[in-house]
Amino acid sequence: MTATHADYRLSQLDQLEAESIHIFREAAAEFEKPVLMFSGGKDSIVMLRLAEKAFFPAKIPFPVLQIDNGLDFPEVAETRDRWVQRLGVRLVIASIDDAIARGIVVDDGKTSRNRLQTPTLLNAIEENGFTAAFGGGRRDEEKARAKERVYSHRDEFGQWDPKNQRPELWSLYNGRLHEGEHMRVFPISNWTELDIWDYIGREGIEIPSVYFAHQRRVFERDGMLLTETPLNPLREGEVVTERTVRYRTCGDMTLTGCVESTASTIPEIIEEVAAARVTERGATRGDDRFSEAAMEDRKKEGYF
Amino acid sequence: MAMDLLRFATAGSVDDGKSTLIGRLLFDSKSIFTDQLESVEKTSQDKGHGYVDLSLLTDGLRSEREQGITIDVAYRYFATPNRKFIIADTPGHVQYTRNMVTGASTADLGLVLVDARHGLTEQSRRHAVLLSLLRVPHLVLCINKMDLVDYSQEVYSKISAEFTAFATKLNIPDLEVIPISALQGDNVVQRSENMSWYSGPTLMHHLEHVHVASDRDLVDVRLPVQYVIRPKSDDHHDYRGYAGQVAGGVLKPGDEVMVLPSGMTSKIAGIDLFDQEIPEAFPPMSVTVRLEDDVDVSRGDMISRVKNAPEPSQDIDAMICWMTTAPLRPRQKLAIKHTSNSARALVKDIQYRLDVNSLHRDLETKELGLNEIGRVQLRTTKPLLCDPYSKNRTTGSFILIDEATGVTVGAGMIND
Repeated sequence: MTATHADYRLSQLDQLEAESIHIFREAAAEFEKPVLMFSGGKDSIVMLRLAEKAFFPAKIPFPVLQIDNGLDFPEVAETRDRWVQRLGVRLVIASIDDAIARGIVVDDGKTSRNRLQTPTLLNAIEENGFTAAFGGGRRDEEKARAKERVYSHRDEFGQWDPKNQRPELWSLYNGRLHEGEHMRVFPISNWTELDIWDYIGREGIEIPSVYFAHQRRVFERDGMLLTETPLNPLREGEVVTERTVRYRTCGDMTLTGCVESTASTIPEIIEEVAAARVTERGATRGDDRFSEAAMEDRKKEGYF
Repeated sequence: MAMDLLRFATAGSVDDGKSTLIGRLLFDSKSIFTDQLESVEKTSQDKGHGYVDLSLLTDGLRSEREQGITIDVAYRYFATPNRKFIIADTPGHVQYTRNMVTGASTADLGLVLVDARHGLTEQSRRHAVLLSLLRVPHLVLCINKMDLVDYSQEVYSKISAEFTAFATKLNIPDLEVIPISALQGDNVVQRSENMSWYSGPTLMHHLEHVHVASDRDLVDVRLPVQYVIRPKSDDHHDYRGYAGQVAGGVLKPGDEVMVLPSGMTSKIAGIDLFDQEIPEAFPPMSVTVRLEDDVDVSRGDMISRVKNAPEPSQDIDAMICWMTTAPLRPRQKLAIKHTSNSARALVKDIQYRLDVNSLHRDLETKELGLNEIGRVQLRTTKPLLCDPYSKNRTTGSFILIDEATGVTVGAGMIND
């Protein structure tokens, strides 16, 4: 605890932590079959840490779900496996390739794998009968998210209706569902990118190595630096160079850009983030760049 | 000193300059990123505005941008070296009262904006009434657009006096009146050079320094039990902990406590926060409490002190804000959620409807429509462990849920 107990004040991180733990306990008590959506990125690791704290010394009372798009960084999977093993939680993996093979998802060759994640995720939720899915979305990330509830209702098609959200007051969450519906629960809604880093630093928890500065062979596309990988063939005119970079977010390798950086420790990253002038999604997420409402539209369909 | 947290709610419409003010706070505290600004600049140009429309930063949904108004509550974040701020940005019009009530429910501070040219309006009075009803402990009245009244001290004094007189009828323990120009930046972050007659704080200075820690009740112990932790593992075979977020008071190991509604008593054996045993717990910490005796405790129960416990009651007298189109009527049955407890409730009587503009009580009415607020008597299927909302905003509040649709249709504040 970093709290200043003498005057009964809690630091902002302690207050955020207490709020998130409250949300985890509410949802675990009220939903029949919750699951935690885990990408392996820093936000979902913080989420997992908070879930660990919420139920300690008992194990986390729900499984962890990962959507494998086949394009994740190998470093992310390694970190994920160590977390899952340490906590003794059950890992459910839903793979896009498997969903395509089974005919659940149609790959028309034009749709990005990012978009194919949505039907794969919805199918995994339906097949496993999950009634609530914890997500690591933060309201400071994007303006459609800024309006989303902590308990965000999804209809039987997995859709979000932003114009028809339930009012959410105090810390009273309404978890009522009809058959076939589910709830997305966002325990870290009120955290900012900087809070996440402060917390990772304070807790001393493991995150994937791609967040720290390293040497990587990269090329430029649409103003972003993308990693060289056989999964993402070079287009005409694109040149690979080796640079010192790090990732601010961990998504699909073919769409997530890295930034040039020498920040190799948490304090250095915090310093860099505090000085950053571009949002983490704006800087590095190809999937958010399509339109002003790209996130709102994907979320309506049932995206994370 | 670690950084702390202030949640504040703003209410107002584009006309009052609310979005400009928020944009200014974010911009001047360097919380707007260049890609966000570029996107706003581009959209402003596309729409033919001759200025950068900072409201586009906050109006996040497609329908809001299309209509050019804020509809829903948006949460915004910024920080200074001392404090992190969460803004609940809510629309000002009467048809969005429920959104304002939502934003105010978690706020430590409420910010009301008036246009210096127009003075107090029905809308600004309504905002103050709602903030008072929701027991937001600190209120700031920003008299905006001072640049359009030649930074006149007279205008400021007149509005300030009028508002202060009005506020005496409300529950507003702390009031600050600040003359600003959100557009020009006067007294928002930078002290205004145009209003040397004003010696009070800038808005940002006030937000950074307003004292909120003592707004919490550190006397009356309230721990609503959310979850019972029983690992049943070899390492923790006999562990049995009662997890919840402290809603009031300070709990310490050795304290004699009472569990409600059973009335059983025991002593606190230990308080755990993750893998640490801690010497005391206070609001808003999420902790796990162990008791010395093997008493029966489950979700929905409340841990409090023996001589200071909430009164279990099935009859609830509350102010209710109604949030759906089909009106609330006597004899209606609803689901109720209060702390970690759920029950069913029957509407016994609607005593009056409160006119939030004039504070007039309409005793004739027998129903509450969308966005209306009134005093209602409920009977619940089981006793709830209630405190007056004026004493505790957590154990004094509840929500009402339509049992057929599952939608949250009402918000309640328990009367003294």
